[in-house]
Amino acid sequence: MLSNIGIGLLVLVLILSFLTIYYASSDLKISNQSIKKSIYKLSLFQTTFIILSFFALIIGFINSDFSLINVYENSHTAKPFFYKIAGTWGSHEGSLLLWVNILVIFSYLFLVFNHNHNKKFRLYTLIFQNILIVGFLFFLLLNSNPFNSIYPIPSEGLGLNPILQDPALAIHPPLLYIGFVGCSIYFSAAMGSLLSDYGGKLFALSIKTWVKISWCFQTLGIIVGSIWAYYELGWGGFWFWDPVENASLLPWFAITALMHSLIVLEKRNILYSWVIILCLLTFILSVMGTFLVRSGILNSVHTFANDPSRGIYILSFLSLMIFSALIIFFKNQKKEKYNFNLKSKETFILANNWFMAFFLVTVLIGMLYPIFLDVLTNIKISVGPPFFNIVIIPLVVPFMFLMAIGPKFGWIKSQNKIFYKILFLILGAIVVNLFILYFFGKYSLMSNLIFIAAIFLILYSFLDIKKIINNKNKTELPRIISHLGFGLLVFFIGINHQFSLEEDFNLKVGETKVTNNFNINFEDIKIKENKNYKAVIGNFKLTNLKNNLVQYLNPEIRIYSNPETLTYEAAIKTKITSDLYLTMSNVSRSAYYNIKFQKKPFMIWIWISALMISLGGFIQLIFRKNEN
Amino acid sequence: MKISILKVIIFSFIIFSLSIFWLGLKINNNYDTKSLIGSQISNFQLTEINNDEQYISREDLRKNKYTLINFFASWCAPCRTEHKYLLSLSNKNKEIKIVGINFKDKKINANNFLKELGNPYGFVGEDADGKTSILFGIYGIPESILLNNELIVIKKIIGPIDQIQHDEILRLTQ
Repeated sequence: MLSNIGIGLLVLVLILSFLTIYYASSDLKISNQSIKKSIYKLSLFQTTFIILSFFALIIGFINSDFSLINVYENSHTAKPFFYKIAGTWGSHEGSLLLWVNILVIFSYLFLVFNHNHNKKFRLYTLIFQNILIVGFLFFLLLNSNPFNSIYPIPSEGLGLNPILQDPALAIHPPLLYIGFVGCSIYFSAAMGSLLSDYGGKLFALSIKTWVKISWCFQTLGIIVGSIWAYYELGWGGFWFWDPVENASLLPWFAITALMHSLIVLEKRNILYSWVIILCLLTFILSVMGTFLVRSGILNSVHTFANDPSRGIYILSFLSLMIFSALIIFFKNQKKEKYNFNLKSKETFILANNWFMAFFLVTVLIGMLYPIFLDVLTNIKISVGPPFFNIVIIPLVVPFMFLMAIGPKFGWIKSQNKIFYKILFLILGAIVVNLFILYFFGKYSLMSNLIFIAAIFLILYSFLDIKKIINNKNKTELPRIISHLGFGLLVFFIGINHQFSLEEDFNLKVGETKVTNNFNINFEDIKIKENKNYKAVIGNFKLTNLKNNLVQYLNPEIRIYSNPETLTYEAAIKTKITSDLYLTMSNVSRSAYYNIKFQKKPFMIWIWISALMISLGGFIQLIFRKNEN
Repeated sequence: MKISILKVIIFSFIIFSLSIFWLGLKINNNYDTKSLIGSQISNFQLTEINNDEQYISREDLRKNKYTLINFFASWCAPCRTEHKYLLSLSNKNKEIKIVGINFKDKKINANNFLKELGNPYGFVGEDADGKTSILFGIYGIPESILLNNELIVIKKIIGPIDQIQHDEILRLTQ
């Protein structure tokens, strides 16, 4: 029943897409300024139906309707209500339905909200967006249909992968999807702009809000994923340069570059071609990331979602997208004259773009090189943190200086006399750095530079905030919050990296391990039955040898029955100044447990500063609405 | 559309990348070290744990009729349980030479471990960073690989050796 409704709705959406493409193409020939009412209606119906289909799937999950294969494979009656709903996008099929939802909803919103822009441009955008929708709908219906039914109907489902049963992970995919799939709309808009010759400042205005929306959600989605990895995976870190994390960073670099150069296009009407390239690149990289993750070419924590047959489809679609984008771009590209003054805002924004391009290429090489090597020579290597740290970290130093100074310059040509201010702040940053060095311990030259640059950026941002309070001119505030967030992020990551303690040892119940700063006593072990899992809970008494403070940490080993899986829950004590982190895992056929204990300073501040980066974007989105 | 060198480079790079992706789809990515059985081990070089000047490499193993390479560490609890079987193997069949590879361990701890439980190894190689063990396709320890004198893997044991595997090794090396 639900299966028929769902498939019916999807087919309707597909037909509506074809109709939209047809009517939009015929409306292109009519040379008046307004788009036909019927096209709006088609798009509205399309949006309604796709949202209904998504609700149909949610209902299937809530009611545990195991006649749907997707529900049977990913849900279970004993699962908590919240995770039943989250299960809707926890599987490949469900998440692809979410993907198509976002394509359709953005298509409608873009059509409605850009009513004062050129008609031809809007129609072309609509056509391209609907081509994307058709492509993904075919994929959904033919290869990954969430509404496929199963007969006889099983009485119980297989359950959702337990590592996915986590609040952070329940919201991680929707956030990322709004971020990544949201890019589709300015991919289509860029194609539309090329074909309708509607460029420059007006084009920048039409896509500005959409770029910001997807930037905010991408940033937030990546942070939430990282928080999940820290709390759930028990790896004891926040960023691992895991191939899938890298795949999510690539579009983020492109979109961050785009967000900045879009300002230049809007204010100075230059860099049009570059903005178009970035628009196209952002979505292409998003789809490439999806391809690499879903096809199983990359091995990582996300491999539960892979299947090569999907890979062939996404790859063909990706190739089609890239080649049509390239051909349309080269056919319609125009020569531009660049006229930059060294001391102008646009130069600094261009510098930001060069850095972003460098980071992008580095991560891309680190991610693709092992795949290429494996395919061509059958040699398996993995490119890990050392590569990225060596290549990226030195570049972060000048990058942060530019982040502080760049926004101070005016457009076209500026006579800003900020030299003494910069000198003064650099000296201030060096003093603070020496202070940390003196009181907390030694670190390498590179770390010194990182700290100085980060502190410089932080100090500069604080001065800017002070200026805002005096002037009451708030337009710069979002930018300052994001840049300050980045400075703080690098600073706290540096501190965390330099002053973390890590101990790895085996203990059995009753034993005590003495480390330099802590006494760790494994007091006892309890077994607790929960609704959908059984937990083995260790009780560890930690005594801080410096101040004799006693704390209890209770890491768990969870044994899920549906499907049968072990997960390791870290015990984490979060404080303002540091996190204590303890995981235990059983050593097979012995009474010993392997214990990993870490003290990580300022962990929570890493999350706070990362959230500040995206907060800046959200504030700007809200403020802009008030301005209009 | 005019053809320029830049465009040719861009297109060829993209076509190259996409075809690699396409080929990549066909490769079986499931990591399975069982496929190593019947194949020759790759070359390696390790220093003796207590003597930095003494080396062992693949070619040295050709002298032995059979070689059992055992990956162990003092911090690995199951390694303790399998140790008595290693001792028994070294006593029962003199044609098996056991090479221990000490995986991500500290020298002192490894020596204490061998002092406490006995030393079944003809040679103990040091692999402090675990890089050499990767050449053998090791997931985690303990793991053991049985080779013949042509350096072909005839058996691979993942996890500790128990009585059954102990007997199996003796049977294979008869």
